[in-house]
Amino acid sequence: MSLSVSLAHSLGVFRLNAAFQAPPGVTALFGPSGAGKTTVVNAVAGLLTPDAGRIEVGSTVLLDRRAGIDLPPHRRRAGYVFQDARLFPHLNVRQNLLYGRWFARGGGPELAEVADLLGLGALLNRRPAALSGGEAQRVALGRALLARPRLLLLDEPLAALDQARKSEILPWFERLRDQTRIPILYVSHSAEEIARLATTVVRLDRGRVTAQGTPSEVLDHAAPGVTLAATLRDCCGGVALLDTPAGPLSLPAASLPRTMRLRIGADTVLIATTSPQGLLGATVLPAMLEDVRGDLLHLRAGHALLLARRPPGPLPAPGTPVHAVLTVPPRVLAD
Amino acid sequence: MPADWLSADEWQAVALSLRVSFWAVLCSLPLGILTAHALARWRFPGRQALNVVVHLPLILPPVVTGYLLLLAFGRRGLIGQWLEPLGIVFAFRWTGAALAAAVMAFPLMVRAIRLSIEAVDPRLEQAAATLGASRPWVFATVTLPLILPGVLAGSVLAFAKAMGEFGATITFVSNIPGQTQTLPSAIYTQLQIPGAEAQAGRLVLVAIGVSIAALLLSEWLARAAARRVGA
Repeated sequence: MSLSVSLAHSLGVFRLNAAFQAPPGVTALFGPSGAGKTTVVNAVAGLLTPDAGRIEVGSTVLLDRRAGIDLPPHRRRAGYVFQDARLFPHLNVRQNLLYGRWFARGGGPELAEVADLLGLGALLNRRPAALSGGEAQRVALGRALLARPRLLLLDEPLAALDQARKSEILPWFERLRDQTRIPILYVSHSAEEIARLATTVVRLDRGRVTAQGTPSEVLDHAAPGVTLAATLRDCCGGVALLDTPAGPLSLPAASLPRTMRLRIGADTVLIATTSPQGLLGATVLPAMLEDVRGDLLHLRAGHALLLARRPPGPLPAPGTPVHAVLTVPPRVLAD
Repeated sequence: MPADWLSADEWQAVALSLRVSFWAVLCSLPLGILTAHALARWRFPGRQALNVVVHLPLILPPVVTGYLLLLAFGRRGLIGQWLEPLGIVFAFRWTGAALAAAVMAFPLMVRAIRLSIEAVDPRLEQAAATLGASRPWVFATVTLPLILPGVLAGSVLAFAKAMGEFGATITFVSNIPGQTQTLPSAIYTQLQIPGAEAQAGRLVLVAIGVSIAALLLSEWLARAAARRVGA
């Protein structure tokens, strides 16, 4: 079963316009605060009705504004784990875990299985007020699982926890990911959590999906770097020659489009104060050190700005001519 | 304390007041919870108007409320004339005293319950919905248990108010011993008789005792409930 989401929504000046697919496994919704991640999750759970859109899990349509379908939250069976656990204070842990069972009969995991999976056995008779943050999140996760969900929505479930609690609970999420076949939508702005958990990453920025793919593809993109427009000039002889605002670049020849965008990550750029010789496979561009911001160097190459990691030790003064060395060929982004 | 500490008539007034207050609170409680929920959570046109109507008995002179009840629920009243053929009569009956007490106590009850509903985190109700609970189930399994202390406190407060109701009751259903002569009406009657201060004084002590007991009970309920939710 996979989840397919396509949404458009306005909240004041904020515009959300996002579409993505979440296959079984953990799909991370990744992006800075205010990118619209929680809005997407709330729309999937039915806590918010978007202006337009369609949401489908497997063959079940949860929302289709055009067809007038908008299942209420209690009929969507989206197991939602909130950032702040939201356990019911008047019920003990066992009653909290079994809450969803009153409404979802038949099938699904048993209390004993879930308690075992999440290590909740010793907590069953406690009140939520007597749980630590990590324990409360595990109970919230168990409660969502026992409601026989069609999909799981985890909205920054670790954000309220300190580092020690995070490392305590992450293995439970990994076990869950490996033992369940339903799609899991995992909201986070922590690259570390996503690298550990996600099988697919959807990057959201200011209400739009800016990248979607495997964690390494998308997280690289999230690392500092620049994107340049490039035009194919010559493609023969095993090497493709490209014109870019930073100067001519060569790439290993492949079937390249006529125009494309190139991604040059800051971690792939070195600077040299004298022209380096004999570097095989590297591209050297004449550049000028323009500025130093934090641990990033701003380099002016041709008409383009390049970013490079600041090396340890003394730096030449801003304004000094240098050479930018691209240690690996730039990555070609689909246009 | 011997039973003849109060005369038979005086016992009758105390018993009638307890009965009137009990039924006034019990019958208005569902409507009180519904109204408090509407005022706290629903957004609808006329919400402010409803708020004003609910609070009117608190602000109007009780005589006015009693008179309006007479206009509405008297035997020839706007509503009373339709109820009489059904065998429901409020005028000059103890049921009328209960109606007057319920109307007068309603604002206090609604205020207490509304405050407790506003204190319930709506995000808990959202969580219940995502776990499969429809709106009525969310109310029954999450909202209601969490507002129970407020409901009890509001009920006790309304009971105390109903025990003390005088102006609207005497205007609406008069002061008939055994029928509509509640504790405050009985005190009033004694005070009209020269030399009956002693009887009036005993009834005043009963009134003070009931009020203090109600207050202590509501405090105790609130504390017990707070412990229960681990707050």
